[in-house]
Amino acid sequence: MRAIDRKLVRDLFTMKSQAIAIALVIGCGVSAFVMALSTMTSLNTTRAAYYQEQRFGDIFARLKRAPNALADRIAEIPGVLRVQTRVEVEIILDMPDMEEPASGRLISVLDEPGHSLNEVYLRTGRWIDPAKPGEVIVSEAFAAAHHLHPGDSFRAIVQGNRMTLTVAGTGLSPEYIYEVRPGELLPDNLRFGVMWMAYRQLAQLSDLDGSFNSVSLQLMRGASVPDVLRRLDTLIAPYGGAGSYTREDQISHRMVSDEMTQLRAMATLPTSIFLGVAAFLLNVVLARLISTQREQIAMIKAFGYSGREVGLHYAKLAGSIAFTGCVAGIAGGTYIGQSLTRMYSRFFHLPVMRHEVELWQIAVAILVTLGAAGIGVFKTVRKAAALPPAEAMRPEAPVAARITWLEKFGVLGRLSQSKKISIRNLAARPLRTLLSIVGISMALGVLILGTFTEDIVNVVLDTQFQRAQRQDFSLALMEPSSEDVLHDLENLPGVGRTEVFRSVSTRIRSGHRWRRVGLMGYEGDRVIYPVLDMDMKPIAMRDDGILISKTLAEILHVRPGDSVQVEVLEGRRPVANLIVRGLVNDFAGLSAYMRIEGVWRLLEEGPTISGAHVKIDPQQRTRFYREVKNTPAIAAVNSKGAMLQSFRDTMAENLLTMKLFNVGFACIIAFGVVYNSARIAASERSREFATLRVLGFSRQEVSRLFLGEVGSVLAAGLPIGLLCGYGFAVLAVVGLQTESQRFPLVILRSTYAFALSVITVASVISSLWVRRKLDKLDLIGVLKARD
Amino acid sequence: MQETTTPPPVFVARGVSKVYPMGDTEVHALREINLELYSGEFVVLLGPSGSGKSTLLNILGGLDVPTLGTVRYRDHDLTEFDDAKLTRYRREHVGFVFQFYNLVPSLTARENVALITEIADNPMTPEEALALVGLEKRMDHFPSHLSGGEQQRVAIARSIAKRPDVLLCDEPTGALDVGTGIMVLEAIQRVNDELGTTTAIITHNAVIAGMADRVLQLSDGQISSVEKNASKLPASQLNW
Repeated sequence: MRAIDRKLVRDLFTMKSQAIAIALVIGCGVSAFVMALSTMTSLNTTRAAYYQEQRFGDIFARLKRAPNALADRIAEIPGVLRVQTRVEVEIILDMPDMEEPASGRLISVLDEPGHSLNEVYLRTGRWIDPAKPGEVIVSEAFAAAHHLHPGDSFRAIVQGNRMTLTVAGTGLSPEYIYEVRPGELLPDNLRFGVMWMAYRQLAQLSDLDGSFNSVSLQLMRGASVPDVLRRLDTLIAPYGGAGSYTREDQISHRMVSDEMTQLRAMATLPTSIFLGVAAFLLNVVLARLISTQREQIAMIKAFGYSGREVGLHYAKLAGSIAFTGCVAGIAGGTYIGQSLTRMYSRFFHLPVMRHEVELWQIAVAILVTLGAAGIGVFKTVRKAAALPPAEAMRPEAPVAARITWLEKFGVLGRLSQSKKISIRNLAARPLRTLLSIVGISMALGVLILGTFTEDIVNVVLDTQFQRAQRQDFSLALMEPSSEDVLHDLENLPGVGRTEVFRSVSTRIRSGHRWRRVGLMGYEGDRVIYPVLDMDMKPIAMRDDGILISKTLAEILHVRPGDSVQVEVLEGRRPVANLIVRGLVNDFAGLSAYMRIEGVWRLLEEGPTISGAHVKIDPQQRTRFYREVKNTPAIAAVNSKGAMLQSFRDTMAENLLTMKLFNVGFACIIAFGVVYNSARIAASERSREFATLRVLGFSRQEVSRLFLGEVGSVLAAGLPIGLLCGYGFAVLAVVGLQTESQRFPLVILRSTYAFALSVITVASVISSLWVRRKLDKLDLIGVLKARD
Repeated sequence: MQETTTPPPVFVARGVSKVYPMGDTEVHALREINLELYSGEFVVLLGPSGSGKSTLLNILGGLDVPTLGTVRYRDHDLTEFDDAKLTRYRREHVGFVFQFYNLVPSLTARENVALITEIADNPMTPEEALALVGLEKRMDHFPSHLSGGEQQRVAIARSIAKRPDVLLCDEPTGALDVGTGIMVLEAIQRVNDELGTTTAIITHNAVIAGMADRVLQLSDGQISSVEKNASKLPASQLNW
């Protein structure tokens, strides 16, 4: 190794704590980047391969009932490659290990595997035997939740028929990577499961012999999607078609895509913050190193090393810190990515879930890191390279201190000499002081960003489950029924207050923009299901127009007062123009609300309901469950308690892990910034401090002077950090917002307090660590050396 | 030394002035200096602080350029050189010894010398250079474990290891006690004798003048006198 490189290694070793602090900050940034990017691409590649192998459909539609012969006509639509018709029904399940009823979706499959679209991927057991009645393939997640194995059986109500289903095998489907009950955001594998049955059996059970009620298409490359959708809708309309839709509107596909969008957001914002802070730290540390090594630089140059060689030497030093951090970050990111992928495999059911970091991602991470480091040290390195040797041999001129305007205008009152020293010192290097303040505020901002999600969850829980949804159960009917059914529901054991709703599948259009939206009709007078907006205010339903969610309004480019075209996708498929009476700032993605009477008018039909929210007497719960399981009209029962529990379980663990990571990340930034600034201040001013000690200042007085400066930076950085945190939270809420999910911006005071204390403690510890060095000042030595 | 046998000059400086701007005023460090240094010559430049000694040395060593005038090194006009050429000039021809040694604290004695031999064309080994200054037994010590005199001898070894044509020493004994100072001067004298390196020492210690071929006296940026020593004293006989 060349002597100059040996110097580099030893310099690095001497400044190891600072180097480690910076490498850690870089590592955090790179790991966030690698983690998010690699997980996103892994998820994407795995999903794409799965879709291809299981022939995931491009277009989907539900209808009431159409003869199988219609499939041939659908196949004639230009651009259609394959047509898959099937029967799909909602069922109630009576699981032996659960008192309350679960619900499921039963989908027909071909007698032989390997030929259909949306092919089931058999995981255990065997394919169904069409000759054996009641044989089904059960989704792997549901089977796991209930410990079901091939050969096990359980009771179910299929279209009013009580029967026994037997597990032939367990499987996965590209349509249910995210297996969630319609209308819910989080999966509850205990209470909802998808299963597959032979077509002939299921068609018979649901009285759909020779017919189908669900269709999926595979398109040719280059097919015009809007055209196919339109033609398909025309074909299925007479058969109660509920509007066709693409993968983008398919719940499972969209949830996975949304997750990828969020990962993409995670790959950018945190990475930029961390690398920005690292660039700043590299800058101050290297600038300090170069200034203490002025005479070495002078000597090296005097002996004939060129400016380029000297510059390269320091660039290599910064580069090795950056590179080390980057490698650590890649390793860390890979590890976190793997854990995240493992966590995903609990939500996303794919045959294989492999996490791979690709070479180009590593290359980009290295380039981005070195780029950031380069920006950070470019000027400093150039200064070292350009330092004239004769000038470098003279000690650096003292920093030009001056009386600051703070003192001039008496803002700070009468100051002691030592306070003046602190203030003038900070003011003499305004850029560095400013960047230190920015560093601290970034640390605080990152911490708030990382922890405020918990506040959101709490608020969502509070709004959704304590205030907005006070029902005990939501009952969904097999099909919209007349209000007479309401009496049956009210007569279920223990049922108290009942509030009905009518949901209808619609396409809401304004000009060429449109979205499929479930229009909800509610009664005017609601107590247990008030439907709240983000400000917790009950939404007042209108029957002379509709309320739509803000996101939907943005997508459609409409404002209150504008009119939208509402195309009903069921029944007689009426189309009407309705005035948008208001925007709703709610949590769920796209929604539209009306008074139930308004919906009835829109549908041109008498009073019908899709279901009801009910309160029940807890004493009668068991009887209620039993009766529900025996009521054929009920397609699904959602228990609020179960929903809440499953939500809490899934979120709590994820949030805790995220919080730990974020606290760690933020502490690293705080430590990196405070430790490095303090080290530099201590080194730059060791002569000054030693002089003060020689002049009779005590250790405590000198420490106070030193800590006072760190404290001022902290005091200035924290309030700005609170603002940064708020700003990041706004960016995050906007960035993480997708069509299916929206988050309210809430940051509780306790979150601010927590973040403030973490950063303060981290800063105090790091500056006290440096302060120990001041106690060991070599008074004589420091004064003798030329700095 | 007879004028007639004088070898051609290594350095010829003509009308060299150096002006430093200092805030609103100007400091005249050198005023129209004329000077020749000859091959193998041992010259001492004497003068009080601020007399311009270091500035002159820096200009001869290619660390600085004059505001006015020309400096020729053999066939080259140093004042015409750009930064890259000056760097090459220093790398190939000049050895420096500084008052404060300027060793790299993170490198051992041997490595400090290697730092320079690695970029030189025909260097001695670091071991040879260190032996020349009597430090063969301390080669693997870091500067912090060496005395001031030892550090300065490492600095000398470092500057002569590349067999420079000129050795420029700026107050080489300034930070040392008498005994150590003399050891350092002995090392410099040995290099001058054995390698024939043109040597210039600047100092404000008049005693050192005794070991020179010629003594130039500087004051207020000008050469006020030039003396030739009839006989040079060995460094060991100096005392101050």
